[in-house]
Amino acid sequence: MASENPDREHAVAFTLNGEAVRARVPARMHLGDLLRGTFGLTGVHLGCEHGVCGACTILVDGRAVRACLMLGVQADGAVIETVEGLTESGLIRDLQDAFHARNALQCGYCTPGMLVTAAELLADEAAASSREEIRAAISGNYCRCTGYHAIVDAIATTAEARRDARREAVE
Amino acid sequence: MSTDATGLTFLDRPNSYIGRSVPRPNARRLLEGRGVYVDDVAMARLAHVAFLRSPHAHARILSVGTQAARAMPGVIAVVTGAELAQVCTPWIGVLGHFKGLRSAPQHALAIDRATWVGEPLCAVVAHSRAEAEDALALVEVEFEPLPAVVEMETALDPGTPAIHPELGDNLAFERVLDVGEVDATFRDAEVVVEETFHFGRHTGVCLEPRAILADWAPADGMLTVHHSFQAPHMMQDILCKHLSLPEGAVRVICRDVGGSFGIKVHIYPDEMATCALALMLKRPVKFVADRLESFQSDIHARDHRVTARMAFSAEGDILAIDMDDLTGIGPYSVYPRTSAVEANQVVNLTGGPYRHRHYRARARVVLQNKAPTCQYRAVGHPIATMVAEGLVDLGAARLGLDPLSVRERNVIPDDAYPCAGVSGIRLEKLSHQAALAKLKAMMGYEHLRAEQAALRRQGIHRGIGLAAFIEITNPSAAFYGVGGARISSQDGCTLRLDPQGGVVAAVSVTEQGQGTEGIIAQIVATATGVPMDKVRVVSGDTQTTPYGGGTWASRGAGIGGEAAWQAGKALRGNVVSVAGAILQADPGSLDVRDGAVVDAATGAERMTLAELGRIVYFRPDTLPPGVQPEFVATRHYVPKDYPFAFTNGVQASYVEVDMQTGFVRLLKHWCVEDCGTVLNPLLVDEQIRGGIVQGIGGALFEHCLYDADGQLQNGSMADYLVPMACEMPDIAVAHVVSATASSEIGAKGAGEAGTAGAPAAVVNAINDALRPFGARVARQPVTPEVVLEALGLI
Repeated sequence: MASENPDREHAVAFTLNGEAVRARVPARMHLGDLLRGTFGLTGVHLGCEHGVCGACTILVDGRAVRACLMLGVQADGAVIETVEGLTESGLIRDLQDAFHARNALQCGYCTPGMLVTAAELLADEAAASSREEIRAAISGNYCRCTGYHAIVDAIATTAEARRDARREAVE
Repeated sequence: MSTDATGLTFLDRPNSYIGRSVPRPNARRLLEGRGVYVDDVAMARLAHVAFLRSPHAHARILSVGTQAARAMPGVIAVVTGAELAQVCTPWIGVLGHFKGLRSAPQHALAIDRATWVGEPLCAVVAHSRAEAEDALALVEVEFEPLPAVVEMETALDPGTPAIHPELGDNLAFERVLDVGEVDATFRDAEVVVEETFHFGRHTGVCLEPRAILADWAPADGMLTVHHSFQAPHMMQDILCKHLSLPEGAVRVICRDVGGSFGIKVHIYPDEMATCALALMLKRPVKFVADRLESFQSDIHARDHRVTARMAFSAEGDILAIDMDDLTGIGPYSVYPRTSAVEANQVVNLTGGPYRHRHYRARARVVLQNKAPTCQYRAVGHPIATMVAEGLVDLGAARLGLDPLSVRERNVIPDDAYPCAGVSGIRLEKLSHQAALAKLKAMMGYEHLRAEQAALRRQGIHRGIGLAAFIEITNPSAAFYGVGGARISSQDGCTLRLDPQGGVVAAVSVTEQGQGTEGIIAQIVATATGVPMDKVRVVSGDTQTTPYGGGTWASRGAGIGGEAAWQAGKALRGNVVSVAGAILQADPGSLDVRDGAVVDAATGAERMTLAELGRIVYFRPDTLPPGVQPEFVATRHYVPKDYPFAFTNGVQASYVEVDMQTGFVRLLKHWCVEDCGTVLNPLLVDEQIRGGIVQGIGGALFEHCLYDADGQLQNGSMADYLVPMACEMPDIAVAHVVSATASSEIGAKGAGEAGTAGAPAAVVNAINDALRPFGARVARQPVTPEVVLEALGLI
């Protein structure tokens, strides 16, 4: 099997940040490289390419996924959202505002992945969001700068604001 | 903090932004995924380089066969060490003020000999990184393995071969300091405690790996380098020197940098090689370290073994410290800052908070076949603090005294400044007593002690650990310049007032996320009277900013900030002078506030800056005769009266130790520190918190493990543990403010404080929990295994 050309390209079609896209992808290219290289989505950051650091976290069919652990060809048929798409749609505007106000980022390299992970957590309205639960939820996203405290604060603030908004909507 | 003739400070200026928790203006784009890190820079004709790295800790390179690699698809060039040396000259990492420091010439790509696992020795340039790596696998290198010097403890033994035979042995540097009557003091002391501390070698793990993109444009004679780096002007100077280019032919641009912490302020062989390859191939070449090569080739740090003792009186006075530090720095002293600084700092800083007058320290810096070590956040501080604070706790326990009260008793009193520390360091104004008092109240010390005692009776073992520390910030030329390093300690700021009343500020200090651009904008807005949202800050470009040192040793706020303050005052002076001529008013009666020239006494608006800009730029013909507006102002600053602005602080940690498993749970952490004027509480608190967690990493998790052959055993993020959110505590931060009188803004640095004190606080807390068991730990990282060993369970 070693004779298979790793750069042989395969056609894929998927939904990327709300748009239908197509690409030809070398078999060995991971999804992170595809999104950054072919589509210019440089908000997808590569930190370890081992699935450990979480910097490349994106949403695939609504679930947080490491872009470095999926091959580009596996994107075929998927619905993919990156920090750029979540920004454009306004879905995480409150979260971004809370991160900004709380200075829950420094160098910004972990930030897109952290926001996507937090977005997944907050999307589940039933999910509890104590500080411990928030810490557990983001424990797959490495941040060297902040010490995490401010990130936990920002996510907790957003969770509370969304809870309050839901409560008001019900009342 | 200085005052003007009316006794007012900048804090009293109308619309002062200083001291306010203003969010960073440049953080928005990072939150939207629109940052531009080196790997995001697009460029036509871009080539990618991958490096073949030594698999041996020490080996002779007999031959490098490149033919098969050159024939691979997509390959542009395969370049050996000998070929690259035609373009890039070697360097030696020594400085004149470290007397006796020795190292050997180091090449960008090893030529005859590889000296650590991960040293680059051959480059493959291709159209993609993947193709470069494919070809790399076909480079045939014939090695003759040589004996590896791995253990620093035996590096100086007569039977150990010298890594660089021309040096004769593996001793790179030694410093001995002997102050007062050390032997007599120990002989006569009531209590002497002793400990041997082991510090595990660890590394920075910046989330954005090292990255460089070099573009040589022969027609312009210009090498443009996009670099994930802290000190662009230093890099420019070194590229000129080793690539034989004139100063104007090199431009270094540092846009967004994904973490640095001192990792990205050194000269790396692979980065120099990338720039040389751009020259050779006359096209842009990019190198981005992958995570595996980051672990092998980023600088490591803190590989120390310290044996130390402390003498006490019966009342608990610290009388003397005697210590011996041994550190392994890898096969070369790193260029250009050298690898002697860390040990030198340990000698300077150990016991720095205290009043004792007898001190002896020896530091030996030895070569070994591991990755080179160099300056990493809080250089030397965590080691110095652990040694002294560990001994203080041992002494307090032996004397049956409360560890907090022993510290209160021994710190240099707040009213004793200015004075000199026992190692000879000059201290302008510290606040140990105030910091201890604040910490004690903030953490509820007595209550916590009571809780600890109550829980102990229930079989729950918690510990409280304290660590007082001092911190070097605002370095002058005493740090590097005096030793011959062409590293600027002065920094500058250029301000330009534009027609609509906005200001562009170009600064030589740089941003890696700590908020440099944010505080510069605050200071400029306050000084000029222009609203902060109309101030744009430019940094990280040797061509468009004033010349300066960039970011290292906590200098951005204190040095870069003062330059910005002075430039802002100068620009405001220029503005009111022109406005005075137009308005026929005494410039001294005018001020600039919130974007308008106002009457200083009443605050009444006289003209907006936009109106002034319109006249100055578009209708200069209407200006009074002889008036030539200068709406650009530049000022530079370097501290002159003290070589460094020392700061101080104290941290506390509260932990729970599981005596069955050896696991340590961090319950809470506190820090009180004194960085002088607090320019932005929001930013400085997060500097402290981030630094604390980085220190906790070294205390509990992080360790570059090498086997007896010098092979790195855990060089991936799956194997090398870093602090993650679920293990970290909430951290309370407070400040004492002792502004430095060296500058008008009075700011000192804060970047090292968290990392300086956290390991000692945590390890002391663990030992406090272990004390009833007669056990103690002194080896970092304190893994569960280390705890269980201490308890005699394994």
